[in-house]
Amino acid sequence: MIIRLILHLALLLLFAPMLNGIIIKTKALFGGRIGAPLLQSYYDLARLWRKGFVFSRTTTWVFLAGPVVGLTVPLLASLLIPFGALPAPISFEGDLILFVYLFALSRFFTVASALDTGSSFEGMGAAREVTFSCLAEPTLLFVLLVLARLSDGLSLDTLLGSHLLTAWHSDAGASLGLILVCLFLVLLVENSRIPFDDPNTHLELTMIHEVMVLDHSGPALGMILYGAALKMMVMGALLVRLAFPWQTGWWLSDALMFLAGLAGLAVLIGVVESIMARLRLPRVPQVLVGTMLLSIFALVLVLR
Amino acid sequence: MIWLLSGIVLTSFAGVPGLFCNRESLRGERLACILTLTGAVCGLIAVALVLNSGGETYLDLPWSIPGGTLALRLDPLAAVFMLPLFLVVATGSVYGLRYWPQRENPGNGRKLRLFYGLISGAIMLVLTARNGMLFLMAWEVMALSGFFLITTEENKEEARRAGYIYLIATHTGTLALFALFAMLDHTSGSLIFPGAGTLPAAGSGLMFLLGLFGFGMKAGLMPLHIWLPGAHAAAPSHASALLSGVMIKTGIYGLVRFTSFFAEIPAWWGWTLLLLGAISGILGVALAIAQHDIKRLLAYHSVENIGIIALGFGLALLGRSYEQPALMILGLSGCLLHVVNHGLFKSLLFLSAGSVIHAVGTREIDQLGGVLKRQPWTGALFLGAAVAISGLPPFNGFISEWLIYLGALQPLKHPTSALGLAVLTAPALALIGALALACFVKVFGIVFLGEARSKAAVQAHEAPLSMLVPMALLLVACAWIGLLPTTLVPLLRGAVENWAGIDGGTMLGGSFAPLGWVSLIGWLLLALLAAVGLWLSRISRKVPRAIGTWGCGFQFSAPRMQYTASSFADFLVRLFHFGLWSERHGGKVTGLLPGVTRFSSHTPDTVLDRVLFPIFLGAAWLCRLLRACIHNGVIAFYLLYIALTVIVLLALFIL
Repeated sequence: MIIRLILHLALLLLFAPMLNGIIIKTKALFGGRIGAPLLQSYYDLARLWRKGFVFSRTTTWVFLAGPVVGLTVPLLASLLIPFGALPAPISFEGDLILFVYLFALSRFFTVASALDTGSSFEGMGAAREVTFSCLAEPTLLFVLLVLARLSDGLSLDTLLGSHLLTAWHSDAGASLGLILVCLFLVLLVENSRIPFDDPNTHLELTMIHEVMVLDHSGPALGMILYGAALKMMVMGALLVRLAFPWQTGWWLSDALMFLAGLAGLAVLIGVVESIMARLRLPRVPQVLVGTMLLSIFALVLVLR
Repeated sequence: MIWLLSGIVLTSFAGVPGLFCNRESLRGERLACILTLTGAVCGLIAVALVLNSGGETYLDLPWSIPGGTLALRLDPLAAVFMLPLFLVVATGSVYGLRYWPQRENPGNGRKLRLFYGLISGAIMLVLTARNGMLFLMAWEVMALSGFFLITTEENKEEARRAGYIYLIATHTGTLALFALFAMLDHTSGSLIFPGAGTLPAAGSGLMFLLGLFGFGMKAGLMPLHIWLPGAHAAAPSHASALLSGVMIKTGIYGLVRFTSFFAEIPAWWGWTLLLLGAISGILGVALAIAQHDIKRLLAYHSVENIGIIALGFGLALLGRSYEQPALMILGLSGCLLHVVNHGLFKSLLFLSAGSVIHAVGTREIDQLGGVLKRQPWTGALFLGAAVAISGLPPFNGFISEWLIYLGALQPLKHPTSALGLAVLTAPALALIGALALACFVKVFGIVFLGEARSKAAVQAHEAPLSMLVPMALLLVACAWIGLLPTTLVPLLRGAVENWAGIDGGTMLGGSFAPLGWVSLIGWLLLALLAAVGLWLSRISRKVPRAIGTWGCGFQFSAPRMQYTASSFADFLVRLFHFGLWSERHGGKVTGLLPGVTRFSSHTPDTVLDRVLFPIFLGAAWLCRLLRACIHNGVIAFYLLYIALTVIVLLALFIL
């Protein structure tokens, strides 16, 4: 139990920032550049760690609550989700709801911390963030419903158990394919990637997540970046397990396979970011509603 | 029983001694507060005794009114509704000492306290009455006291209007209840409430519809919520807390109690409640997002939470119809726990909003801002309640929503024909939850964070201790349920057994087991947050807060350039345009060098302002037209009417 917990946390804490490195590298290769080294995210975190804080006089303690919750929540949520074939350290009936709501808690405080600065740009980002997640959250629930229908339990561990392999080959395969697409889109929107959000844009007006953390600095910004990396890995774990439900039975090969799956996911995100432009803001809700309809269709397919 | 009776009497008449005191004296309000507190403690003892013994306590006295005896009975199902009542009444009465002091309000202070006590006593009586006649009497006392609480400031046009709408709505509902109890009397042969599961289901459809209308009107289910936003906004904050936190729950109590009478529940009852619950939940919170008035916004959240409660209750009814005990237990316990939870966090929200309103003097969200710096404790308490009402861990809102979610996921395990559709409750709840989060982060962010948007908001001051302590107590209760949910399991189990008319503790055992895990994660979350938060605040303590917020290069940012509540909500309001029909005026920019432009947006109530008012205005116009034709002042016509009447009477006589 303890060893499993340590392995779980070690995988998460050590490899999470790597995903961003792989995405950046992929985009650079697509653009014909060499790009930053794979470990650049680690260097950035180390640099931010050594820096000091700059606070606006408008801010209160709520401003710092954002980074704190943003770092803590993915850490806790990771305990509920299996990493590939490695089972989740904590698992009980109904933990999938807790998983979803923990991320909602982190969103609450990220948005509150953005509003604490009193900047209209950050207010804009905050408004967009809550709007888009209102549309993404039901989709996530539909996806989990499909998974729950195919398994015989209500914990994430059983939802993502070894039965997925047989499910892919049965009638439910089409549904699983659909929810895989939905889950990928939810992952993109929740982690503020292109085509929903552009983390690298130079205009505060067009950003969503990045503009909300505009006023953070030093270790607090580091915590936010690290928290975002952890969140991407935890949500990616859901997707990777769904797409690669194989297991070998030996922990090391299982862990390696999981990491390879995550790296593949990061490459995929990098490819999407390289070949697509950011959507116009009014288009984003339309895409999200379309995703929701797709997930409803997947649910209908398994319920009939 | 003696404890319960003394509790009812003491709270009911708490405001009476004050009537004989001097208008400006403090004695009356202090006495009222002490009497209310004693009454609440007496009631609490009664409930504790009942829960401890595991049974119920009752009183049966002969009565000269026909239709049965004077029957009172306190069982776990009533106790679930009683517990938040005691806490809210007690905290509200202490809070009221400084929020609505007699010295500042000599005109209406005594009236407010009289009816505040009376409504609390009447609600206790409603929850324990087991005779239809007694129930209706207590119901009317409650409804009328509610009217006087809403019209406390009767000199204000807004309060009078809200009061009249409430009065019309509540009496329309009561009319349905009269019919319902008459039919119950007809079916069971007496006005005494029948035991759980004793009435046959045959012919109960009309009764259910009457009950749904009458009780749903009180609870504020979506198309019947018309009185709620205005009423909660007009009443003083601690009275709003009582009305919204406790009084509207009597509607839910009525529905729960009334459905328990029947041995079999038709499936369409459950489906109706699920549908109404989903509509109330989603449209309630969408309307809340569009509001500018903080108390109106909180009132619309009551509609939303009643929707969540109805979703849980609908699942419980479906569990009875399709004979799935797990679905019934999870749905009903989620519903009942949410009743308690909503009572706690909604009262806390109303009290802390009242504390801001008291300090700043406006309910307009867009006039506030930066209040957290002036009222740090009020702000922290509001934040706690906002997290709780958004259904986020580690507070109590999450626990009840989690139970309802678990209930909604049960049909997946047994893919029987129609029941499969009930899983759609889960995504509906997710949408409601996400919208509630958007709304409360908006309120907290715009009211408490950023810079002050008006002069009054700059001069706000922290509330006195006698207002903060009651609020802190409510937050402690919220955290208690969130972190130690297992302590409430016996109570919920007793209530479910009451409702379903079963007593098999073994059968109900397994369903609540994961609550221990949820509580563990809650503690873990709290510990991690505290550790990381303390560390971060320690390393950042010495940093001066000397510079302004980064304005993207613009040097002269002003408080009025901040995002407002309306601009924050605008994106969502436009997405929900199909249900809200917001009005937008102005805002068009013309020419190359535009001059002064004004923009305003307003979201009237979908049902009251868009449907009912036009219908009633049309009906009034038609009646006026008819009267103008008939009652036209020409004597010849009146003679003609008399002649026609005589002819008709003669014709009838001959026939």
